[in-house]
Formats: sequence, C-alpha cells, structure tokens
Amino acid sequence: MIKIANVSKQYGSFEVLKECTTSVSKGEVVVVCGPSGSGKSTLIKCVNGLEPFQSGEIIVDGISVGDPKTRLSALRARVGMVFQHFELFPHMSIVENLTVAQIKVLKRSKEEAMDRGLRLLDRVGLRAHAGKFPGQLSGGQQQRVAIARALAMDPICMLFDEPTSALDPEMINEVLDVMTELAREGMTMMCVTHEMGFARRVAHRVVFMDQGRIVEDEPKDEFFAHPRSERAQQFLAKILQH
Amino acid sequence: MYEFDWSSIPGALPFLWEGMKISLEITASAVVVGIVWGTLLAMMRLSSIKALSLFAAGYVNLFRAVPLVMVLLWFFLVVPKFIEQLFNIPPGADLRLSSAIIGFALFESAYYSEIIRAGIQSVPKGQMAACSALGMTYGQAMRLVILPQAFRNMVPLLLTQAIILFQDTSLVYVSALADFFGAAYKVGDRDGRLVELLLFAGAVYFVICFSVSQWVRRLQKKYQPA
Repeated sequence: MIKIANVSKQYGSFEVLKECTTSVSKGEVVVVCGPSGSGKSTLIKCVNGLEPFQSGEIIVDGISVGDPKTRLSALRARVGMVFQHFELFPHMSIVENLTVAQIKVLKRSKEEAMDRGLRLLDRVGLRAHAGKFPGQLSGGQQQRVAIARALAMDPICMLFDEPTSALDPEMINEVLDVMTELAREGMTMMCVTHEMGFARRVAHRVVFMDQGRIVEDEPKDEFFAHPRSERAQQFLAKILQH
Repeated sequence: MYEFDWSSIPGALPFLWEGMKISLEITASAVVVGIVWGTLLAMMRLSSIKALSLFAAGYVNLFRAVPLVMVLLWFFLVVPKFIEQLFNIPPGADLRLSSAIIGFALFESAYYSEIIRAGIQSVPKGQMAACSALGMTYGQAMRLVILPQAFRNMVPLLLTQAIILFQDTSLVYVSALADFFGAAYKVGDRDGRLVELLLFAGAVYFVICFSVSQWVRRLQKKYQPA
C-alpha cells in the first residue's frame, strides 16, 4: 500500500531524512516513534506530498508521490490524515467540517455527504455536537471529529501525525480508542506517536527513527522485547519508566 | 473679534448632502474595488510564481511611495485623455467622478493588499495543510477555508482603512469635484463664510469617523480571537 524507498530530504544543508526505507502493507498498522527532531513527522508528511523530498521514491497505492506528473490533490483525497493540532476549520460547524471536502472534492451530493458525515460522527460518539463549532469542543472531541473528517473521504489508508500529543492527558484515551477500533476493522494505518501502550496493543510493526534515519523496523513484539540499537533501548527505557 | 455667522448653512444643506453622496460613493466604490483587487494582489504577492509576486510587490511599493494627491491628478489630467481616445468619447465629457473613483480604487488596493496579505498569513499554516490533505486544490482551500478566516481577522483593519479613505476623499477638491468638502468650500467661498463652513465640515467628518471607529472598536472586542 505504502512503499518508501531511500527517501532523503534536506532543508538547506541540514539533512532531515536520510535514506529512509520502509513500507506499510494493506491492513497493517505501523507505529513510527523516536525522539523529537528525528524526522518522523516529516517522513509521514512526505507520504501524501505535504512535504517535498529531494531523492528516493514513495509509492502509495501504485502512484508515485514524488513524480511531478502525479495529481497530488487526487491522491491526497484518498489518503486520510490527522494532525497534531486537529486543524478543524474554525469558521465551519462540525457537520460542515465533515462535508465540505466530500462535496467539493468528491463531488458528492449534499444529502449523501451529510448522511456519511453524520454516520461517522455517530461512530466517534459525537453525533450530538453536529451543529456546534470546533471552538466549543474539547481537544479530544476535536481530534475525534478530525478523524471522522478524514474517514468521510473513504480513504484507502490513514496517516496520523502525533494525534495525541497536543491533548490533555485525560483526553488521550478517547482518541486512542477510536484509533484502536479503526485498526481492528483493518484500516491501513501509519501513526507517528509516543503512545507506546497503543503501539503494544495495536501495531503490527514499529519503526524507530533517530536523526533522520530509520534505525529499527521490526515486528512489534520484537521491538519491545529486544530493541537492537542502543538509541532505541535508551528511548524505551525513558518512555516506559512512567 | 470675529463674529460667527452660521446662517448660510441651513440653506446650503441640500447642496452639501449632494456632496456627501459623492464622498460616500467614492469611498464605497474604492473600498469594494480595493478589497477585490487587493485580495488578488495579496495572493499574487504570496504566490510561488516569481513573476506574479514581483508584479504585486512592484505595484504595492509604487502606490505606497507616491502621494495620493498626485495619483488623483494623474487620473484627473492624464487618464481621461487616454480614455477619450480609446472609447471615442467626445472631449469635455465629465469623467471627473469616474477618474477619481478609479484613482482611489487603484491607490487603496495597494494598502488593502498589505492588510489582506497579513490576514492570510495570520491563518495557521496547518489549515492549508489540512485542506491539501483532504484533496482540495489551492483555489478551493483559499476560497473555502483560508480567506474566510483571514477576512474575519481583518474586518477591524479594513474598516479603519475605510475611515481613512473617507477622509482622503476630500482630496478630490484638486479636480474641482464637489464632494462634501468641496461643496462646503464652495458655499463658504460664495457667502464669504469660509471659516464657518470649514468648521462645520470638520465637525461632520469628525462625527462620522469617530462614531464609525467607536463601532469598529466594539466589533473588535466582540470578535477578538480567543
């Protein structure tokens, strides 16, 4: 589904990504973790072309992201993305947030978009808030809406860029629960997250990054039981103490 | 001791009102054109296409670096000649109002575009990313998400600029167009009561501009971004 091969990216002389290679198969859940500044967010943003990269290749569902001939907007419409800061549209009601791209991008009718939007709101448990505005919801609720908004496009896979790191601790679980359910239903997911509990429960594979490199790319149990690199061992030791 | 004599004002009110209508007409047209053209200029300025952003930067810098009176004179003296030739309008037709409106609109666009550019940049970058991630094109993202938020943040500044513009319309006196200020001047000149008329005109400008700016301030408080 997602193939990342030898991807490198520089900001000026600073190398953000160095020869990154990994893949996500259909139905697989891959968690990308690592210390901040390791390039994990940049890597996931390269997958749907939000960040350009200088060399290497990323193929999503058979389509090359880096190819200048690719119509990125068409590809992005099929790849769901959830951001750290939710990025709901504050001037639109919740239900408008869920329908605007369905109507304008997928050219669905208003009724169809509404129907799909409301069903997804139901699913994330926020049907009662349909008429409210994003500013009236808590962070956790906003992030659940953002997930529903991405799902409304019927994506072939979902990208999560630190979906819980801007949330108050008591709201993290409601978002992880939605993500867990999504994974159980077989959604292909690539998640940048520090939530190791989530990774243990849901992930199939864990990719560990440090200083722009993919240091480990292992099945989950392998990664948690025997992290090979010293860097990953330190990282896990720090993060799992709590 | 100078003795004030206000008696020429009541009879002149209808004439002054005609002038006020011209002032308001120029203000309204320049605000509308200024916002539309200013938005386009702002988007060009922010565009990644070099030629567009250079053009917009040149335009803005040119109009911000010359006095408004001079722009008005260009449009009063020079442009009508071109238009007459271009559209075969008989010489001597009164193009003063339209050239004043065009002059103001083009001049104000430069200022509006800077306000709008700041407004667009005030919208968090993640909003554009979210639009892109949903498959929207640049144009859709601008129209549906970025500009509506930008304008909401900008309303107070746009209105403040409109107040300044309203005051500046008095500069059309250089083309002898009877806007409110010009009308007041003419009446004062005719009746030998220039001081009274200018005081009166000043009071009217003050009342209008001050009340609008108070209203803007209230708006600003109400819609202050949280």
